[in-house]
Amino acid sequence: MTHINIVGLEVGQEIGSREFHLTRDSLVRYAGASGDFNPIHYRDDFAAAVGLPGVLAHGMLTMGVAVQVAADWVGDAGKVIDYGVRFTKPVVVDASAGAILTVVGKIGEIHLEAREVRVDLTATFNDTTVLGKAQARVRL
Amino acid sequence: MVNANVEGKKYPATEAYLVGREKIREFAHAVMSTNPVNHDVFAAQAAGYTDVVAPPTFAVVIQERSLATVLADPEANIDFSRVVHGDQRFVHVRPIVAGDSLTSQLTVASVKSLGAHSMITFETQIFDAASEHVCTAISTLVVRGDE
Repeated sequence: MTHINIVGLEVGQEIGSREFHLTRDSLVRYAGASGDFNPIHYRDDFAAAVGLPGVLAHGMLTMGVAVQVAADWVGDAGKVIDYGVRFTKPVVVDASAGAILTVVGKIGEIHLEAREVRVDLTATFNDTTVLGKAQARVRL
Repeated sequence: MVNANVEGKKYPATEAYLVGREKIREFAHAVMSTNPVNHDVFAAQAAGYTDVVAPPTFAVVIQERSLATVLADPEANIDFSRVVHGDQRFVHVRPIVAGDSLTSQLTVASVKSLGAHSMITFETQIFDAASEHVCTAISTLVVRGDE
């Protein structure tokens, strides 16, 4: 059940934010859960050999955690019916320090009759936006 | 270079994937979900679902199975070591829940070249056991060409 009153919402309004600490453990866990075992996501030697600045988080992991801000706001993850992103910048995950991903959600569009809201997500790592056009359509 | 002639090519449907409750919980944990419907059967049922609900990006697991058939297709000529994920979208008719038996069918929506690089967009339609449409996953891969 959602207790959000769509009439009270405004475009541009912030609906939530969350900081995610991504570590190498997070990457290995995501590799196992998703089946994406590309070694650039857990092997420093492999990442270096293909010219990357370091071990990278799976784009799909960044996408998957970012939408949690929209899911937490609506309360029921099943109400997020349409979600898309562009992968614009990589998230380099340091072996000891990991990486901090900061996600902020704002209302992008309100469709009163359809009872749907577009949530625009901004995902930032090291002061750089890493996802482009990250938009989640949520049914209230 | 990716073979532009595969634009419009439809690949055979994959074998059914049975969505397990623990798989959903494992995936939800991996994407740092604290959403009750992703973990708790009672919370999911109270919200009107038959079982725990998959996070919004779970369909990638199904999409990967279809994508594997394209990457293995010599006609498409995709060098996986040069692939970068460009964008991704999931459009759901309904959320995926534990117990779903899902098949997927992939179509190559477009092949474009951008200098030495190729951009290939896939549309994967995901269906349940009753052949009802559950989700469309749209993915663009960028395949880097010779420098």
